[in-house]
Amino acid sequence: MSLLEVKNLKTYFHIKAGVVKAVDGVSFTLDEGKAIGLVGESGCGKTTTALSIMKLLPPEGRIEGGEILFDGVNLVNESDEEIRKKRWKDISLIFQGAMNAFNPVIRVGEQIIEAIRIHEDVSYDEARKRAGELFELVEIKKDLIDRYPHEFSGGMKQRAMIAMALACNPKLVIGDEPTTALDVMIQAQILDLLERLRKEMKMSMILITHDLSVMAETCDYVAVMYAGKIMEIGKVEKVLENPLHPYTDKLIKAFPDIHGEKVMVESIPGVPPNLIDPPSGCRFHDRCHCAMEICKIKEPEIIQIEDDHKVACHLRGNCHE
Amino acid sequence: MENIQKEARKRKVKNFLNTFKGSKMGMTGAIILGIFIIVAVIGPIVYKYDPMDFGSGADVFNPPSMKHLLGTDDMGRDVLGALMAGSGISLTVGILATIISMILGATIGVVSGYYGGKIDAFLMRLTDVFLVLPWLPLMLVLAAILGSSIWNIILVIGLTGWASTARVVRAQTLSIKERQFIERAKAIGASSGHIMFKHILPNVFPLIFANTILVSAEAILSETTLSFLGMGDSLHPSWGMMLHYAFESGAASIGAYWFLLPPGICVILVVLSFTFLGYAFDELLNPKLKGR
Repeated sequence: MSLLEVKNLKTYFHIKAGVVKAVDGVSFTLDEGKAIGLVGESGCGKTTTALSIMKLLPPEGRIEGGEILFDGVNLVNESDEEIRKKRWKDISLIFQGAMNAFNPVIRVGEQIIEAIRIHEDVSYDEARKRAGELFELVEIKKDLIDRYPHEFSGGMKQRAMIAMALACNPKLVIGDEPTTALDVMIQAQILDLLERLRKEMKMSMILITHDLSVMAETCDYVAVMYAGKIMEIGKVEKVLENPLHPYTDKLIKAFPDIHGEKVMVESIPGVPPNLIDPPSGCRFHDRCHCAMEICKIKEPEIIQIEDDHKVACHLRGNCHE
Repeated sequence: MENIQKEARKRKVKNFLNTFKGSKMGMTGAIILGIFIIVAVIGPIVYKYDPMDFGSGADVFNPPSMKHLLGTDDMGRDVLGALMAGSGISLTVGILATIISMILGATIGVVSGYYGGKIDAFLMRLTDVFLVLPWLPLMLVLAAILGSSIWNIILVIGLTGWASTARVVRAQTLSIKERQFIERAKAIGASSGHIMFKHILPNVFPLIFANTILVSAEAILSETTLSFLGMGDSLHPSWGMMLHYAFESGAASIGAYWFLLPPGICVILVVLSFTFLGYAFDELLNPKLKGR
């Protein structure tokens, strides 16, 4: 059985201007010990998907439909109290920009101890010992647990954040752009660290990122999201080597290739659509260079093209310039 | 490692003190307040004074002399002794009332800001009521209903003084609750109570602290006013009570300045010292006000 099964998830935000369909019918599964990446432009519903799984949506956001089966339990129907107990114990989150995720007036170690003691009935000393071990696990000196967050560098904070995410041995870790705010050297270190820990601790991971190279390195599966929907999903090698959706193709081309010739990176003209009133048919049709008549009228179903590779496109991968 | 940390903390405290020493206002306030606290603690031990020690008729309204440094009052009691005993009472009432105000104000502010919605609307309307109610009549009515014991006075002042603190704390809470570390706290499964107490409160604490000092000044002034108007506890004569008796016995028309002026001056000095301290701390804790 899969650890996480998201079925037709719909998360809408009810704001004054109307209903924003931030996540509209997203489905994917994640097996134990595997990692899936969510990629896409800003505002396409990646973070909302992750927050829906943790049920940490802001007050305007509501899960309107679908199921989130975690270990066979549907989280959508769970009470707040039940969810609160599951948070961090079963599912933890590495925040986008760990810089601000620590309370500035509490020592870093204390904040990890806090996370442990909320969920486990252990003594302070025991929790403190565990926090020390977690620090060593993420390669920070144990003695630094009594430092305040502002005394840490960006990379150290991100490591401490990872240590905190692992504090209760969660089954699933969600990384919401864990490396976005860091420089490339530190990025690589953090990713290696995450990769190593994930394998050692047999955790599953959902990685949210803009960075396809990060994705290729760390994930087993990738889901390309656009305007609240999954456009293409499959094994990471298959999707990156043989993109079936024009959007995926463009995303890959928008990324410079370090070994390739010097060419201008391509960009995708236009902006992601307004999700209060999404375009008819395929949501990508007005930015797609291969759009046909049917794309404007009929929304494509997500269909399996080969093993572990699905796409939601009328062209089924037959779009070539 | 431990040592380095201790050193670092020592240095921080030292820095804070140095900056504080640099502030003339703060130092003036601290010195004046310090003198009053020392007097309040040591005065009654060193200087024998018994409020029941009524002198003979000849001792009434004696001007300052070697025997009575500040003269005697309408009942022939020593004014300096009464002043010293009164300083302890005035400061105690002021500080205890402030603590009540702060606990109420901080709790209402944090709860209101954190939960928002209906709870916020209700608590803030309640705060509005306390802000716009004329506090003096309210205190008089409350004191009259509850009776004039020193504890009731503390309670009355405490119950009427929290509104502005609640407002300020709420505003700061609104800003803090949007920060990411609050989201992190929710994500680790912390309950609302835990988040408010462990994560928001420490972050609004500097504000509460600076407010405490300013509210203390107000509380002392309130106590003086209440006592002056005759709502004071006659068993624990404060400066306000002294002013009350001085006024009632007609000290002003007799020209007994030694009975009327000292308690008045003491009240002014203590209130001033608290205000100075409040401004100094505000400047220290709020970097935006620091003159660079």
